[in-house]
Parts: sequence; C-alpha cells; structure tokens
Amino acid sequence: MKKTSMNGYLAAGLILTGVLVLLIVAGYFWTPYDPNAMSVGPKFAKPSLQYLLGTDNFGRDIFSRVMKGAGTTFAIAVATVVIGAVFGTLLGALTGYFGGLADAVLMRLGDILTAFPSILLAMVIISIMGPGKTVNVVLALGLVFIPSFARVTRTAYAGLRDANYVKSARLMGASSARILWVHILPNIMQVLLPAITIGFNNAVLAEASMSYLGIGVTPPDASMGYMLSEAQGMFGAAPWYALGTGFFMVLLIFGVGLIGESLQRRDGEVD
Amino acid sequence: MLEIRDLHVKFHDRDREAVSGVSLHIEDGEILGLVGESGSGKSVTAMSIAGLLPRRQCDYTGEILLDGKDLLHADRAELRKLHGKEIGVVFQEPMSSMDPLMKIGEQVEEVLLIHTKLTKEERRRMALEAMAAVELADPEAVYDKYPHELSGGMLQRAMIAAAIVIKPRLLLLDEPTTALDVTIQAQILDLLKKLNRESGISMLFISHNLNVVRKLCRRVAVMQRGVLVEEGETETVFHHPQHPYTQRLVAAIPTRCRKEDQP
Repeated sequence: MKKTSMNGYLAAGLILTGVLVLLIVAGYFWTPYDPNAMSVGPKFAKPSLQYLLGTDNFGRDIFSRVMKGAGTTFAIAVATVVIGAVFGTLLGALTGYFGGLADAVLMRLGDILTAFPSILLAMVIISIMGPGKTVNVVLALGLVFIPSFARVTRTAYAGLRDANYVKSARLMGASSARILWVHILPNIMQVLLPAITIGFNNAVLAEASMSYLGIGVTPPDASMGYMLSEAQGMFGAAPWYALGTGFFMVLLIFGVGLIGESLQRRDGEVD
Repeated sequence: MLEIRDLHVKFHDRDREAVSGVSLHIEDGEILGLVGESGSGKSVTAMSIAGLLPRRQCDYTGEILLDGKDLLHADRAELRKLHGKEIGVVFQEPMSSMDPLMKIGEQVEEVLLIHTKLTKEERRRMALEAMAAVELADPEAVYDKYPHELSGGMLQRAMIAAAIVIKPRLLLLDEPTTALDVTIQAQILDLLKKLNRESGISMLFISHNLNVVRKLCRRVAVMQRGVLVEEGETETVFHHPQHPYTQRLVAAIPTRCRKEDQP
C-alpha cells in the first residue's frame, strides 16, 4: 500500500517535471513567438489558443516569454545547486570523516552564514561582486547554499565513519579518498538526493526573489522573478501574466518537490 | 611471526588501562585463541594489531612486531601497506562489515585493487578462487550479488574470502562466529581449520566462547581486566587451569550429559 503511494509520488513528480523541463529545453531552441518581439499580437490579449497565456502591454506572447524565462531560472537553479552540492558535500565529507579542529571551525562558520537570511546574504555578496551579471547571481546563491549541504553530508559522513565496512576498508589499506568517494558517498545518497531536490526548489525561489527585487537577472534576459516583477505593474490589465508565470513556477517546484518527497519516503521505509 | 611485547593501552576517558602489559606470540601457521569476557581487553589487543586504535584518544606503549616490523608505532603510510597485504581481519557482524551498495565480488577483490597492479580479469579470477576456497556455492553468481541478498553465513564466508584473497600471513578473527547460529558456526569453524591446514595462514581467534576456541585452537590465552592471566596448550588449560579466573571460566562451561547423543 505504502509502496504504491511512494511510486505514485515519484511517477507524478517525474511526469510533471519532465513535461516542464521539456518545455524549458525546447524554449532554448524554439518558442511559438519571439519572446522579446513586440506586437506579435494585440496588447493585453486574453489567453487563447493563439496566445496560450495571453500577451502583455507590448503585445509580446507571454507563453513564449515564460518558456524562455523559465529556462534562465532553471539554469541558474541547477548551477546553484551544483555549486552548493559539490562544495558542500566536499566540505561535509572532510569535516564529518576527519573531525577535529577544522570540523569545529568550519561548522561554526557555517552556522554564522546560516544565521543570515539567505537572500540577504546573497544580496550582500552580489553587491560586493557587482550586480547585473547572471554569473554573479549563480556564484552568490551557490555560496549561500554550501553550508546547508555541508551540514547534511557532514552528519551522514560522521555517522558512517565508524561503520564496520568503512573500518574494514581502512584495514585493507584503502586511501581516505577512496573511502570517502567509493564507500561512503553512495551510501549517503538517500540523504543527499532529497537535499538536492529541496535545494533546487529553494534556488528557484531565491533566484525569483532576487530578480523580482531587481538584483538578479537584468534585461534583456528574462527570468521568472523578473517577469513577475514586470507582471505586477499590469496586474489589473493582464492578470494572466502574473498568474501564468507564477503557475509555471509553482508547477516546477511542485514537481521537483514530489520527487524529493518520494525519495525521502523511500528513505523512511528502509529498515 | 607475530610478537606482542608488554602492550599497554589506556584510553584517555578511562581510569583503568584497557590492556596492561600483555605479551603474546603467534607462530607461523598457528591458530591462537584469545579468550575473555567483555571488557577484558581482547578486542583492544586485536585493534592494536590491526592498527584500529584511535591513536589520538589513547596512550599506548610496548611493541607489536610482525616479522620484526613494529606495527604499534608505524606511521599510517606504512600501516596502509601492511594492512590487507599481511593482515586480514574478519569482524563479528558480517551484515555490517560489508558495504551495502557494492557487489560482493568487488568487495572481495578490493584489497587486490589497492595493493596490486593486477588487471581486472586477474582480480576477478583471484576473487572467484577465494570465494571457492571458502566454499561459497556458485561463486560466479555470488560475485554479482549485493550483501542484502546473502545470508549471514554466506556473508561471513564472503568476508573471509575478502580477508584471504591476497593471501595474508595473519588473519585476525574478532568473534567471527558469534553472530551466527550454531550450525553455521560449526561450518565456519571447519572452514577456518581447513584454510589453516591447507594454506598455513596464521590466525588469532578471539572469542568469549571457550568451546569454540577448544575446537579450533591448539594454544589459548586468557585475558581478564586487561591482563593476560593464563596461556598454554588448549587441552592443558582446560584440564588443569592454573589461574582462579580460568578455573571459574572452565567450570562455567555447560557439560554434556550424554556424550553418545552428540553427533
């Protein structure tokens, strides 16, 4: 019974995310209309078969813009999570496995970082590195995401440090790198994968918030957050702009969230 | 081949020494039994040989010589070379001693990957040989299985295969049969005897079970509270225990009422 519901989560999440990712990937090569071209249709056209999500004040096709903008957001979120997960796992592995002074110092540093709201921290970093560049948004968000990954993996690594199979690998003369990479990493996937899906969703939201606040992606690049801030000004005239964009983002987060949920449930089921 | 001289180990968070002044030796091709209750220091002794002492959390003095090389004070790089190659270890819990996400065969041959330059095919062949030597049925099939697919007895055989695949000179067995049920226990003991007879590998067999030790070991050492209280030929120790503690231990062995009922 529980197994079917677990598979249901996973299947629903994969299908939903799959469709959206397909749209996003397609958006890199083809959109129904040029997303930045004005007057492809009348201004403020309601959603119709011709303009799926309607048009905005310049007569731009919103659906095309959503496809394009979601692509930017998606790319930033993926890059952010990759940075956070790779460096976080590396730090977590080293501190969790070896412990000692470096562990204490780095983890307290992580605590300090997490004490600030992540958006605020990212804003500070961006203002130092210089706003307006997508690369800087990715770097800032990635940096902010490292401590949470480090904490999750540190706990997992510390828990397996004295597992018997790790001891026997050590006894066989396996190097520390081999133990960390070959023996422990695959065994902590059950905590790392859900952390990655949650991290992805947080990254989508963080990018959107930052672009909405005007410190993220800047024109001509569209991103979901930037589009939402645009849509806000014409909410009365074209509510479909905000709703369509927001709905797409909600679906993306929901889909990835479902995948994460199914992974966590599976984790809970083991043993 | 292995000689322990005046080994002292004291953990920082304990008042009493875990091992105080133990001296032991193991001859080539010999199985030495090390007996004692929980906390008697027998496992700490084994950990010292295996290099698993948490060095930062304890003080240790003495010497553990493997063919004249001191294991106790060797640095990590030296130890890494010796371990696996010269000393194989089998733990009590076969279930937790194997990486749950790695195929049995890969784990058996891992030590070859680390210490030799053999090709993949050669490693596989040696792993299969070792798995056949420990009498795992159908090694080819077991090679591709994962630990959760095997029974405890099969896993312990696989662990022994992993410990002997590189043909080490000494096998440390830390209560290798304690977690197994009695029939499997007997099979593993027979297997160890056979391996010892056929390949002449030396063994240190640690157990709290005197009957098991009696079946396997010609010589036995008894530890209590970190001290070696008695050492000698197994049968002599059993029939004429000298130390009061050994006398109590021997007296505590359940006796067989009707010998003819035994197989």
